[in-house]
Amino acid sequence: MTQRSLQDRTAIVGVAQTRFAKKLEKSEEELAAEAILAALDDAGLKASDVDAVSSYTMENLEEVSLAKDLGFGDLAFFSQIGYGGGGGCATVGHLAMAIATGVANVGVAWRSRKRGSGGRPWAAGVAGLRLPGSEQVTATTWARPYGVSRPADEIALLASRYMHESGAGREAFAEVAMAARQHANKNPNAIMYERPMTMDDYFASRWISEPLCLFDNCLETDGAIAVVITSAERAADCRKKPVFVHSAAQGLPQQHHHMVNYWAEDPIGAPGRACGKRLFEQSEIKAKDIDVVQIYDAFTPLVLFSLEGYGFCERNEAAAFVKGGTLGPGGSLPLNTSGGGLSEGYIHGMNLVAEGIRQMRGESTSQVPDAAACLVTSGDCVPTSALILRAA
Amino acid sequence: MPEQMIEIPMDKENEAFFEWSAKEELRIQGCDSCDRLRFPPRPICPWCHSTDSSWRVMSGRGSIWSFAVTHPPLLEPFLSRAPYNVVVVEIEEDPLIRLIGNVVEDRKVGLEFVKPDELRIGAPVRAVFPVVEGEPRLLRWALEPG
Repeated sequence: MTQRSLQDRTAIVGVAQTRFAKKLEKSEEELAAEAILAALDDAGLKASDVDAVSSYTMENLEEVSLAKDLGFGDLAFFSQIGYGGGGGCATVGHLAMAIATGVANVGVAWRSRKRGSGGRPWAAGVAGLRLPGSEQVTATTWARPYGVSRPADEIALLASRYMHESGAGREAFAEVAMAARQHANKNPNAIMYERPMTMDDYFASRWISEPLCLFDNCLETDGAIAVVITSAERAADCRKKPVFVHSAAQGLPQQHHHMVNYWAEDPIGAPGRACGKRLFEQSEIKAKDIDVVQIYDAFTPLVLFSLEGYGFCERNEAAAFVKGGTLGPGGSLPLNTSGGGLSEGYIHGMNLVAEGIRQMRGESTSQVPDAAACLVTSGDCVPTSALILRAA
Repeated sequence: MPEQMIEIPMDKENEAFFEWSAKEELRIQGCDSCDRLRFPPRPICPWCHSTDSSWRVMSGRGSIWSFAVTHPPLLEPFLSRAPYNVVVVEIEEDPLIRLIGNVVEDRKVGLEFVKPDELRIGAPVRAVFPVVEGEPRLLRWALEPG
């Protein structure tokens, strides 16, 4: 370990979530409070111990609201990560950096979202195309007038090109969807717990944006998740077995342009490649040492891009890699073991962080035996982030 | 609010592209110092940092880099057009300049989307600018023989 490394210097000591559902009555503020207090209780820490927070720029709840609601101490570090689903792992990464450098002591990362019952950002019309408080318009301006109006359409264009370049068929997307569903069927908290799916069900489902069908798309879910992080030293005194933040990285590749991303030289999976390079450069744990993965799955092709980008297989080889249940229960690389965004709930990828923590504690409903290292990623195709978690 | 979905918010960088589209020309911003094309438009060249640029006339020829077929749920006016094709076209002058659009029949007026089964990645296309009532004049693409 070099002196400048983040390796295992901080640990996640608390994690909690609300119930997930298509519609919850509580507000985003109430859901966040519920999750954060439960996560602090899980850690055996008090709200007044908290001096750092991090969330997404898309989070509607401001730090000031939470700090007042919950009676946090004086906050010494607060950050918000941009680019939607690319930001989840970076909330933990930023807190790890702040705590490892002595800027702060106890951090809370959270995401509270009513996407199931709330509005769709893409339905905001022209208002959604202008950056908040700016004269600049977003990259979506180049897509929306032509009817590339939803995230699914933006990813469908990359998926179609990927199929052309790699020779992958829809069977590869189906493998991802099936793995997520099979794991959800073991998780009573998953929206799709009692809803098994067969390959025939997958291929019989309706199109959303060809080549993507309904089951290539994540769920829309209400819920909140919170994670508590502190120094490795302090973690030793907390209630639960610590989960070390072994490596954390972000990736915004050259000439990248948000999710409408067709202008970089090789746009497919570029954020994951850039992020993965830094993530593993700082890590003693390599891709071959990873026991279980939680990979951002707003759309199934993103998982294939990330498997390649983070080095589990070569470029354009993901379809062969996933074939035959690699990612499912008992496979050689179990994926999204709580059901992920596709089948547990879509809490903007924060539920993947939570499941990575449970795997490292031995608390998953699809526990991988003796799992010692877990990769968690955030959204590929947008400026992204990732974590390597290590079991104590 | 159909018009809201089609209306294009302008900023200092993107308005020239759409103004040229309205005049039935495909123009791309090029650096006046190193001559490299860039897209989306921006105030500075990422390769030589010159802030001098001009809008260069393109041949209008390109090929399909990718395509998808969009189905409901959608908002109007896209809902009533569904299913319809969306494409990314790489232009002849620089394959890293990729433009999002639709492949339509080559008509002066109105939009008639080409059937998805007529599309393939790599197919040659040509810029067209059909007039569509109630909508800004936009760059679209027509299939070329070959």
